[in-house]
Amino acid sequence: MIAELGQFALILAFVVALAQSVLTLVGLKLGDPVIHAYARAGALTQFVLLAAAFACLTVLFAMSDFSALVVAENSHTDKPLIYKLTGVWGNHEGSMLLWALILAAYTAALALAAKPVEARLISLTFSVQSLITAAFTAFLIFTSNPFARLFPAPQNGQDLNPLLQDPGLASHPPMLYAGYVGFSITFAFAVAALIEGRVDARWARIVRPWALTAWSFLTIGIALGASWAYYELGWGGWWAWDPVENASLMPWLAGTAFIHSLRVMEKRDTLKAWTILLALFTFSLSLAGTFLVRSGVITSVHAFAVDPTRGVFILGILVAVIGGSLVLFALRAGHLRPTGVFSVVSRESTLLVNNLFIGAACFLVFFGTFYPLFVTTVSDETITVGAPFYNSTFNPLMGVLFILVPISGMLAWKRGKLDRIVRLLTPAAIAALAAALLAFWIADRTRIAGALGTGLAVWIALGVLIDLSQRIKLFNQPLAASLSRARNLPLGIWGMIVAHFGLAVTVFAITGVSAWKQEASAFLMPGQSMRMGGYTLTLEDARREDGANYITEIGEFSAARGQRDMGQLLAERRYYQVRQMSTTESAIRTRATGDLYVTIGEPVAERGWPVHAYVYPFAMWLWIGSAILALGGFLSIADRGRRALTARKDKPADGQEEVQA
Amino acid sequence: MTRLVLFLPLIGFLVMAVYFGLGLREDPSEIPSQLIERELPAFDLPPIEGFETGLASTDLVGQVSLLNVFGSWCPPCAVEHPMLMQIARSGVVPIYGIDWKDPPGAGSAWLERHGNPYQRVGDDAAGRTAIDLGITGAPETFIIDHTGRVRYRHVGVITDEIWTGTLRPLVEHLQAEARP
Repeated sequence: MIAELGQFALILAFVVALAQSVLTLVGLKLGDPVIHAYARAGALTQFVLLAAAFACLTVLFAMSDFSALVVAENSHTDKPLIYKLTGVWGNHEGSMLLWALILAAYTAALALAAKPVEARLISLTFSVQSLITAAFTAFLIFTSNPFARLFPAPQNGQDLNPLLQDPGLASHPPMLYAGYVGFSITFAFAVAALIEGRVDARWARIVRPWALTAWSFLTIGIALGASWAYYELGWGGWWAWDPVENASLMPWLAGTAFIHSLRVMEKRDTLKAWTILLALFTFSLSLAGTFLVRSGVITSVHAFAVDPTRGVFILGILVAVIGGSLVLFALRAGHLRPTGVFSVVSRESTLLVNNLFIGAACFLVFFGTFYPLFVTTVSDETITVGAPFYNSTFNPLMGVLFILVPISGMLAWKRGKLDRIVRLLTPAAIAALAAALLAFWIADRTRIAGALGTGLAVWIALGVLIDLSQRIKLFNQPLAASLSRARNLPLGIWGMIVAHFGLAVTVFAITGVSAWKQEASAFLMPGQSMRMGGYTLTLEDARREDGANYITEIGEFSAARGQRDMGQLLAERRYYQVRQMSTTESAIRTRATGDLYVTIGEPVAERGWPVHAYVYPFAMWLWIGSAILALGGFLSIADRGRRALTARKDKPADGQEEVQA
Repeated sequence: MTRLVLFLPLIGFLVMAVYFGLGLREDPSEIPSQLIERELPAFDLPPIEGFETGLASTDLVGQVSLLNVFGSWCPPCAVEHPMLMQIARSGVVPIYGIDWKDPPGAGSAWLERHGNPYQRVGDDAAGRTAIDLGITGAPETFIIDHTGRVRYRHVGVITDEIWTGTLRPLVEHLQAEARP
């Protein structure tokens, strides 16, 4: 009964979305003013219906109703309730339903947030957005029905993949999707703008908060995914350049370029076609990423091949959505005339360089991800593209880009003065050089990358702080005056400063984790110790215990650094009976200077337990850095609220309301 | 000229779409077996507990047969089992079984409870033979021709559709081929 209700809600959502998309277009053609009101109601209805469908699926999982196919395939009565609930999106059908739900949530948010200005643009955006919703609800209904029944119902389910029974992975997909799907709004706005044949600073102002919201969520989503890999996979690998990870990185890169070029468009009314193209690309990469990679064309063991209709359907959606938008771009982008001009030394030009570098980096990731597919299609060989490729191409590109970060923030729009910047940033450059040399000296001297990374991080961090102190005239006037300037600084500027500072922290953490990691392994009997990088690790006890839906072997360790006791660590190896799978639960002692990371393996008679220990320097700053990055994004969104009120009083393009840089 | 540049993203995308389309045709569940058209790797497995005869690769020479890898621990095998029983009763083709990674006694208890569709069953408790066969998960089924060569590999449960649509026609074709 509940499954049928869910199915019904899903079908209704499809019909409403399709109707809204078509009717809005017809209404606009006829010039009927009622259409705007209808678009809002339709958007809210879609959301309510999809939320109902999602609630139905959640109830099926909570009740362990194994007459529902997805529940039988992905759940089990012994599973803790929290993972029964998160199991809703731990499978193909459920995660697609979540995707559609978040899509509808964004449409509904637009309906609630949109002011009655630019009614035509907003209505067109609703139409595009609803068309995407219609396509995905159709995909759900026809090829990936989450409410399919199983008869006869089995006694119990097949359980969720134990790797997914983890709090990190439970929250990762919703965040990631909130990012991916958020870019649908900016995509829809871009398509609407192309249809209208008009893009200007006001368009950029309307779109910016949506782009920033999606970007911030995507940042959090990627960081959660990386931390899940770090904690759960058992060797501390937080990033492996695996196609699934690349699929989330590509829209993030394109989105990063997009929010920067959007700024140029908002301030200077130029780079129009390019910005629109980035909006289209960002969502296209989200789509291509979500589906082509997650569902089997590239990592092949998954479900696509079982049901080729899914692949064909998805490809059809991709061709219609991406192809359609690019046809529109090819036909209409020529009409978008820039008005702003800028000199070589200006913030615009540095942001353009930013875009080119990020674009190139995105292309490299794209190439590395899809080249293996290309090779297997044209020949019988199978190849993989891994870390060495990215280390020698992607990393240097990013390194050069990072040098520009503080310079760009300090340059004035239109025409900047380089000598002033050079004078102001010289201390940062000297400090960065000193830090690099210091890192080279005291840390591992064979790792040039460690020194370079440290130097870059210091350069960005200090550059950003100098920028801030200039903006609030710190040291040049009484502290109180500086603080009041800081309070009055637009949130968009705060967002930029915070995000770039977060970037510095992240760069430093990545450097620490990858360049200076240490590892050692040994067989230990209870009572024996091993030494690694200044730590002494003793296996105190090993025992077996029963968990909710698994058996676990626990290794109890005590750790000491020099003479200082660091307390007890528990490393586990869990065996999930239903899925016949083992997982490692690493023991991690986190400190600001680095993580001690210990895993235990299957015991070997006579020799004891294989113990693998790692030190990951500055690992926790990886998560803190990405959180600061996302915070910067969120701060900039808030900026819009204040500006929107004054937007129409401003001069449109040249409104230099921020303090002269 | 500028107009043409605007078409570049579209052209790039269309090229990608064609590749995605071609990529979709590659069915990962069919391709990977290196064994197709090759002789079955040699094995000589002991019987499972309570049985007299084990299973050797030489047992499969002389007639067309199915070689099915199963385990009492594997839920999809339980789904597949009635289909195997039905095939065995129809007498179209003999089925041989490899009991994969089962503790002693588990395989025979399983066959006692669900019925035994197999002519012979070999015990592969350590999983060595399964590695030689390139097994990725249970159940998997191979069609072996009368010369002992692997002619087809099916990964996953044999459903009614797969049996009548794919396996049975192939078995009958091979049986016809075996007749002089």
